[in-house]
Amino acid sequence: MAPHDIRRPFKRAAISDQQKRRELSLLRQAQNRRDAQQQARCLASSILSLQSAAPESQPEQSDIELETVPEAEQESEAFSKDLDVRQASKLRGPEVRKWFARQLMLPEWMIDVPDRLAQDWYVFARPAGKRCFVVSSNGTTVSRQRNGSILHHFPSALPAGAKIRDGSGSAQSYCILDCIFHELDQTYYVIDMVCWNGYSLYDCTAEFRFYWLNSKLEESGACNAPSHYHKFRFSAVPVYNCDQSGLHAAYTGVVPYAKDGLLFYNKHALYQTGNTPLALVWKDENCSQFVIDTDGKGEIPSQQQVVLELQDDRKLVTSDDPPVLFGCLDGDIIEKSGLHTGNLLRFAIGDGGLSFVDGKLEKADLIYLGKSNRARAFADSYSKGFQLKSL
Amino acid sequence: MEVTQVLLNAQSIDGAVRKNAEESLKHFQEQNLTGFLLLLSGELVSEEKPVETRKLAGLILKNALDAKDQQRKVELVQRWLSLDGNAKSQIKAGLLKTLSSPASDARSTASQVIAKVAGIELPHKQWPELVGSLLSNVHQLPVHAKQATLETLGYLCEEVSPDVIDQDQVNKILTAVVQGMSASEGNADVRLAATRALYNALGFAQANFSNDMERDYLMRVVCEATLSPEVRIRQAAFECLVSISSTYYEKLAPYIQDIFNITAKAVREDEEPVALQAIEFWSSICDEEIDILEEYGGDFTGDSDIPCFYFIKQAIPALVPMLLETLLKQEEDQDQDEGAWNIAMAGGTCLGLVARTVGDDIVPLVVPFIEENITKQDWRQREAATYAFGSILEGPSPAKLIPLVNVALNFMLSALTKDPNSHVKDTTAWTLGRIFEFLHGSAVDSPIITQANCQQIVVVLLQSMKDTPNVAEKACGALYFLAQGYEEVGPSSPLTPFFQEIVQSLLTVTHREDARESRLRTAAYETLNEVVRCSTDETAPLVLQLVPVIIMELHNTVEGQKLSSDEREKQSELQGLLCGCLQVIIQKLGSSESTKYLFLQYADQIMGLFLSVFACRSATVHEEAMLAIGALAYATGPDFVKYMPEFYRYLEMGLQNFEEYQVCAVTVGVVGDICRALEEKVVPYCDGIMTQLLKNLSSNQLHRSVKPPIFSCFGDIALAVGEYFEKYLMWAMSALQSAAELSTHTTGDDELIEYINTLRNGILEAYSGIFQGFKNSPKTQLLIPYAPHILQFLDGIYMEKDMDDVVMKTAIGVLGDLADTLGSHAASLIQQSVSSKDFLNECLSSEDVMIKESAEWAKLAISRAISV
Repeated sequence: MAPHDIRRPFKRAAISDQQKRRELSLLRQAQNRRDAQQQARCLASSILSLQSAAPESQPEQSDIELETVPEAEQESEAFSKDLDVRQASKLRGPEVRKWFARQLMLPEWMIDVPDRLAQDWYVFARPAGKRCFVVSSNGTTVSRQRNGSILHHFPSALPAGAKIRDGSGSAQSYCILDCIFHELDQTYYVIDMVCWNGYSLYDCTAEFRFYWLNSKLEESGACNAPSHYHKFRFSAVPVYNCDQSGLHAAYTGVVPYAKDGLLFYNKHALYQTGNTPLALVWKDENCSQFVIDTDGKGEIPSQQQVVLELQDDRKLVTSDDPPVLFGCLDGDIIEKSGLHTGNLLRFAIGDGGLSFVDGKLEKADLIYLGKSNRARAFADSYSKGFQLKSL
Repeated sequence: MEVTQVLLNAQSIDGAVRKNAEESLKHFQEQNLTGFLLLLSGELVSEEKPVETRKLAGLILKNALDAKDQQRKVELVQRWLSLDGNAKSQIKAGLLKTLSSPASDARSTASQVIAKVAGIELPHKQWPELVGSLLSNVHQLPVHAKQATLETLGYLCEEVSPDVIDQDQVNKILTAVVQGMSASEGNADVRLAATRALYNALGFAQANFSNDMERDYLMRVVCEATLSPEVRIRQAAFECLVSISSTYYEKLAPYIQDIFNITAKAVREDEEPVALQAIEFWSSICDEEIDILEEYGGDFTGDSDIPCFYFIKQAIPALVPMLLETLLKQEEDQDQDEGAWNIAMAGGTCLGLVARTVGDDIVPLVVPFIEENITKQDWRQREAATYAFGSILEGPSPAKLIPLVNVALNFMLSALTKDPNSHVKDTTAWTLGRIFEFLHGSAVDSPIITQANCQQIVVVLLQSMKDTPNVAEKACGALYFLAQGYEEVGPSSPLTPFFQEIVQSLLTVTHREDARESRLRTAAYETLNEVVRCSTDETAPLVLQLVPVIIMELHNTVEGQKLSSDEREKQSELQGLLCGCLQVIIQKLGSSESTKYLFLQYADQIMGLFLSVFACRSATVHEEAMLAIGALAYATGPDFVKYMPEFYRYLEMGLQNFEEYQVCAVTVGVVGDICRALEEKVVPYCDGIMTQLLKNLSSNQLHRSVKPPIFSCFGDIALAVGEYFEKYLMWAMSALQSAAELSTHTTGDDELIEYINTLRNGILEAYSGIFQGFKNSPKTQLLIPYAPHILQFLDGIYMEKDMDDVVMKTAIGVLGDLADTLGSHAASLIQQSVSSKDFLNECLSSEDVMIKESAEWAKLAISRAISV
């Protein structure tokens, strides 16, 4: 029973730095685990809300559903839709890809001239490149293509787009932009603004969205040259009223990007997901190098092609809502090629071409080529077929 | 076997002879344990044998009854209990007889062995006559036997827990001990043995301390013993007072004035070992009152079990001057001596505790002492004044201290570089560190560091880092807290202009020839870590530049050359520090997307170095490298998969490291990091990992603190691999289920309840991960059979009402995950559970945001599940 040691720590910090490192590591791991759980739960809720919104009469219809769910049914509140986009932007897997495919506003092909074009419409030259959603939140920015696959994951000067402690973006802050990524100058051209700094623009008119886009984007510094915290430059595109001089400027004007047709937006239209007649696209050889399909080598195939969806009654339809019937597929081909309802099929337009009567398709000479590329989420729209005809 | 000769040989200076003897002892023990133990006790009791063999025989006997390792200890206890009864009686009789031996070494060894046997047998209601026969010895025997018997009683009380001895016997033991302590006992050895025995017996005296008369008597005897002419007795008596101060704090009020007088006299006049115990009495009272006041939470309606008597507050007018006097009794080189502990150090430490106990009240009592001594010619006075100032910086309010600091800061800065005495500089640097630790940072309203003096502070500290190792170490410490104070400063830190110079100076310190003295190198790396942790984006490019520098340092340590054991130790210490530093850098740069990409160019190089570091055998290095790899996996994401083929075996090694359980625990955490980084790409490694984790859970050798993280890790794996987890589901669920049953009900002390809550949290995190992992998979139905048990577990812990907030949040989340994944399959089960109603409602109305958020999720998932 020796005397008991009563020494106490002398001129020492209460905990060692090693202990501190250990505790900080545990803290980080716990935080990461929480995030992973949270993410799993959010994926669940966004997919659930989709499933419950889909028409119940067609439960396990196919890998890829074609019906564009009417917006009103999908989510009544624009706000909760924004949240879904934000959360979904971090996710992976086929579900998400499908989900994303539905979120962009898709123009129809321009097959006639709308009334009051000069008063109610904007026009701009569409940059050539990959159409994508750019989502900035929680200090990072993700761009997703139309088929849902991630294009880039990068820091940006968009609000909440990079981890910079400048105190400007709160945790709730985020942005969703409708962009085209232009490879040549590695620039995201913003063609529409869906959310800015936590503020939803889904329910705003195009007029307001474009105004907001032009003022806010510049202000944020996102148009600056790339830097450590800003990997890609963003740029707005020049938008014109659809009067004669506007059309002329859009059609022939010099822009820093390669043009791929003209886009027409109705000034009063809200941001509507899926195909809409309130946004239109026009292509001809003067304003687009992609006016007609090219093959892998950039050569024009002898026949133009169209992608259509196979329905259970062997009918071939477009992605329009309601779908437009292009023809019927021979039962033999279906059996031989092992095709299922919902498959997307590629056809060449034969010498007979497409015959339209009074703006309606009467007859199409289709030659079956095979299944379309797996990354493809949609059939072509009716208006593409129409425009092909007009060439 | 000629046991005496073998025992002599076992102590031979000739290694070969010694080894041979040890072998034959081991051999005999394995052949015939009972015979072996009888032989040893025979050797111990025999007066004809040499003292050294008797003593060794006793020690071997003792080691056959007890071991440090918990597992081994249980085995030894079982082995003794199953021995032949006659043999045991014979051994015990021999031991008791040895207590009367004239050879003091034999007596003392027998005392210890008796206590070990008692520790095994008394809880099993065996050897009931032991205490009685010891007590009868006390009254009859010659002095040396009386001393040995009291010593035995002391060891006995240390060995067995109070509840196995009934109050009647406790009373008799205390009576015998107190009689042995009293002034009328003529023999000093007996009195010392009795006083030391009382120290161990105090825990048995709950009932006696509740009785006024008995307590008065005990206290009087202890206080009288503090006045004994024998210094060892005085020291032992003060040790008893220290123990009483924490065990019976609430009974001390009637005696505190007398104790103050006794301790003050001892501090001023007695020899150092006694004076140190006397100071310790007051430090211990401070500990008690700080704990009680913390439980009050500063609010006097609070509910501590023990009332605060404010002994310190009442004592400070006399206590503080007494402590200040001790500060002047410094030893010349105490700062260079790691093991030093003297009256000045004890007094200053106590002063610091007093400041934490009474707060503002201490300031006016200390300031005059500082003012009077700080500029004196004698270094002792300057040092004592500085130390007094440094000691009172924690406790009093900033409002009270900041005016003083504003006056003193310039003086301190100049003393740090200009004072001729190294001891004064050491204490000055430490005091500056305390100023920055407690009075600098975003929580303090009026900053003591301004644009005007920031540069001067940095310059002085960097200069001081070139001073002697002990001063330089304190300067590093001050810089640590200076940096820490700017942790939440925003995008721009006042340290930014000096960042490069600070980092460079710290690296220079790590290369000093004498950097291993006064743990200077460790301090320099720790400060570098804190400077990096608290840096802002402005200096991110500079942190990035640091990466190749640290990589090169680490690279230099793994260059294969033959090293002496001292060099190897030095090398692994350095590797540990460098891995720690890289870990901090990885975490810093990995937390922002922009810096992460730039940093990742070094990932291959860093990972290669970590792998080669595993070749060294130090647990600390393994732990540091593991932690750093976890941070790297998080930063790298799915690309980490390329390191897995090489890294996997070290991962497995870490999971198998039961002895250094910290390494095991850290590795389990890293498995989680890897799962989150690799997601489904972790599948090829899951068989090995899961097998090892399940093995770990079923082992009783693994430290219990590793088990909850293993369960959480199940969740991480399931979440990463989804339905692929099916092959482990049955095993994992069965382990979870038995752990859940064990942890539903809690009985025990606070520490055990805390552990049980950690365990529950781990189990629940596993369930969450598994449910979410299987979500949307066709194999979801595999989980249905487990749902009733899981809901029962949730209901069970809810009913116990002893969940902490963390468990509550995880538990309600599991309810949501279960509903979300199983949907309508579980609807009726969920509706029947208490959790889905009362527990959910309680969580929904919780003030804790995290609980509320989880509860809202659960509510949504449940409503979906039951509406289908």
